[in-house]
Amino acid sequence: MTGAAGSSFRERAEVQLANARMRANVAVAVDQRERGRRAIFDGLDHAGLVGAAQAIRDHTLARLDRYLGEFARNAEARGTKVFFAADAAEAVGYVRDLLAARGVRLVAKSKSMVTEEIELNRGLAEFGAEVVETDLGEYLVQLAGEAPSHITAPAVHMSRGEIAALLSRRHGRRLPEDPEALTGFVRGVLRETFLAAGVGISGVNFAVAETGSFVTVTNEGNGRMVTSLPPVHVAIMGMERIVPSFRDLGLMLPMLVASSVGRPVTAYLSFVNGPRRPGEVDGPEEVHVVVLDNGRSAILRSAYRSVLRCIRCGACQNVCPVYRQVGGHGYGSVYAGPIGAVVTPLLQGRDRAGDLPFASSLCGACDEVCPVGIPLSGHLLGLRADAVRGKGLADPETAAWRAWAAAWRRPETYRLTGLVARLGQLPLARGGRISRAPFPLSRWTGGRDLPAAAGETFRARWERRLRRG
Amino acid sequence: MPPTAPRTAALFVTCLVDLVDPDVGEAAVALLREAGVRVEVPGRQVCCGQPAFNAGHPDEARAVARGLLDAFEGHEAVVAPSGSCAGMVRRWFPELFDGTRDAGRARSLAARTHELTGFLVDALGADGPGGRWEGTVTYHDSCHGLRELGVGAQGRRLLASVEGLSLVEMARPDACCGFGGTFSLKLPDVAVAMADDKLEQAAATGTDAIVGGDLGCLVHLAGRAARTGRRQRVLHVATLLAEARGLLPRRAAAGRSG
Repeated sequence: MTGAAGSSFRERAEVQLANARMRANVAVAVDQRERGRRAIFDGLDHAGLVGAAQAIRDHTLARLDRYLGEFARNAEARGTKVFFAADAAEAVGYVRDLLAARGVRLVAKSKSMVTEEIELNRGLAEFGAEVVETDLGEYLVQLAGEAPSHITAPAVHMSRGEIAALLSRRHGRRLPEDPEALTGFVRGVLRETFLAAGVGISGVNFAVAETGSFVTVTNEGNGRMVTSLPPVHVAIMGMERIVPSFRDLGLMLPMLVASSVGRPVTAYLSFVNGPRRPGEVDGPEEVHVVVLDNGRSAILRSAYRSVLRCIRCGACQNVCPVYRQVGGHGYGSVYAGPIGAVVTPLLQGRDRAGDLPFASSLCGACDEVCPVGIPLSGHLLGLRADAVRGKGLADPETAAWRAWAAAWRRPETYRLTGLVARLGQLPLARGGRISRAPFPLSRWTGGRDLPAAAGETFRARWERRLRRG
Repeated sequence: MPPTAPRTAALFVTCLVDLVDPDVGEAAVALLREAGVRVEVPGRQVCCGQPAFNAGHPDEARAVARGLLDAFEGHEAVVAPSGSCAGMVRRWFPELFDGTRDAGRARSLAARTHELTGFLVDALGADGPGGRWEGTVTYHDSCHGLRELGVGAQGRRLLASVEGLSLVEMARPDACCGFGGTFSLKLPDVAVAMADDKLEQAAATGTDAIVGGDLGCLVHLAGRAARTGRRQRVLHVATLLAEARGLLPRRAAAGRSG
């Protein structure tokens, strides 16, 4: 089965597993974030907070039309233009038309996963515009020609040394491996972009229906530059990214920040209430909000609605043992880790990313940390069953499971399979273990010994001597 | 023992224990009897169906799981030496049988099913079997026991009753070992990388053995440990406790699961 990137998860995982440095970088970064998250919630009623946050999200999703309408009315009353895009093409087209009408060639952009989802940068580059990512991590992956590998830490796979080498190569000068010096250098480069850009593009963490305003959460200050310096600001949001009132932010913002970076507060919370008003000395002259559907309406109507609770904190990625080994690029999709394995096939179609729901050991660590209570393991199970159903009865794996069920539904035939296993292993077992076995058990014995079936089953032992006690 | 504690327990053997390591089952029987309950092993039980369920085959899982509903009908407490199999029944059976004519029986079995260490400590109020086991161990929290049943502290508490034994925690005892049922066959390279991560953490404790409550995790870890020449023994918490109490002979082989 091939995935989102035209290759299978298994093939991509093999490539990533060979990258020991990436795995070490990821492990250090995700552990740090998870330690911070645990420390914040330690002593708090985590389950209660999750319940409250989930209730806000579910309330909103159940009345999404109403709140989106309210948001649009209130935003427009403040002079913001709101555009509802049915899909990626409409969203990209809207931004492209804006650039064309104003003759803009340079765009400054802050971090936004939804713009990755619609491949906005590619769409604008084809049109001849230069888009510069201004979040440090996004800037680095853009320079490297890569995709972000984590929802909130796009360059988490890179080490300090790799970053210094990348910046040195691209800017034609030797830069030291010192984070402060590197950040200072990039800050200087980006300052020029902020001043020269004709349009600033940002994402949206939450849009507030009652006021028509929206919030971005950033750590570097670049988001505020993007939303205030260029004369035109375009914000792009998934249509689920809405809360009814400012009061809801009192819970949602700390839940987002704690769950994503493992710190109690973020460096920058930027509230945008619309374009510059008469008498104000700064801020953009125009503000546009693009509200993107791109498959979300279908999810809203499906059994998987609760994935739309997601606030893109990335906590599930930080605790996922599979993500830890293969990194974000192993998933070959914009959204990686558990949330990516669930949402990617739903957004892109099961045929393109149908193997991602199988890229999990179902350990449940993601369910435990999700700040809005998304049952990620349950959804992975549902998507697996959907994938199997789609393949029909002729699928060899389905045939094998049917044969298994036929044998194991009764103790008499189950006992026969035990006997077959004991006979079948005779040429393979040495000292109670099997080091090489034919397919499909070769999948196991490639990297592990397999224990031989016991000479006598427990049930036989029970009848022979244990029952009497 | 609390006055409301069950007086009998039906052992849910689990297919892995039955076929691969019957000593775990024998240890479970011995520990339950030590704790003062009468043990029964209903003969018509087979498997909870989890392998098929997790692979996306709920219909096949249900066909096999229905056998457990019959086998354990009328038993007041059903006890499995596995957090994963017990979790499948407790957490997932009500969903698996939802809307079928067996929905009520599935909910009933779910409510009566326990993991062994959780049953000994929480239902029977056991302090541990005591006995003596010279050595140091580290404890692997199996995912489903920990997250579906809240089992983790109970096994450690039982081990604390054993003289001569000391427990050293690894950095992330609750991190998945990479077994994951059919996951370990579908994505073997990832599963093995996860096992190496776990074995590395366990080795860093400098202990003699890795102890856990789920045979699936243990055969995966033991198989990888044997392949890579690691010397730590991998064993089931029930096996260790029974060995300590002299209810099972102590096995010595390094890397051997059980």
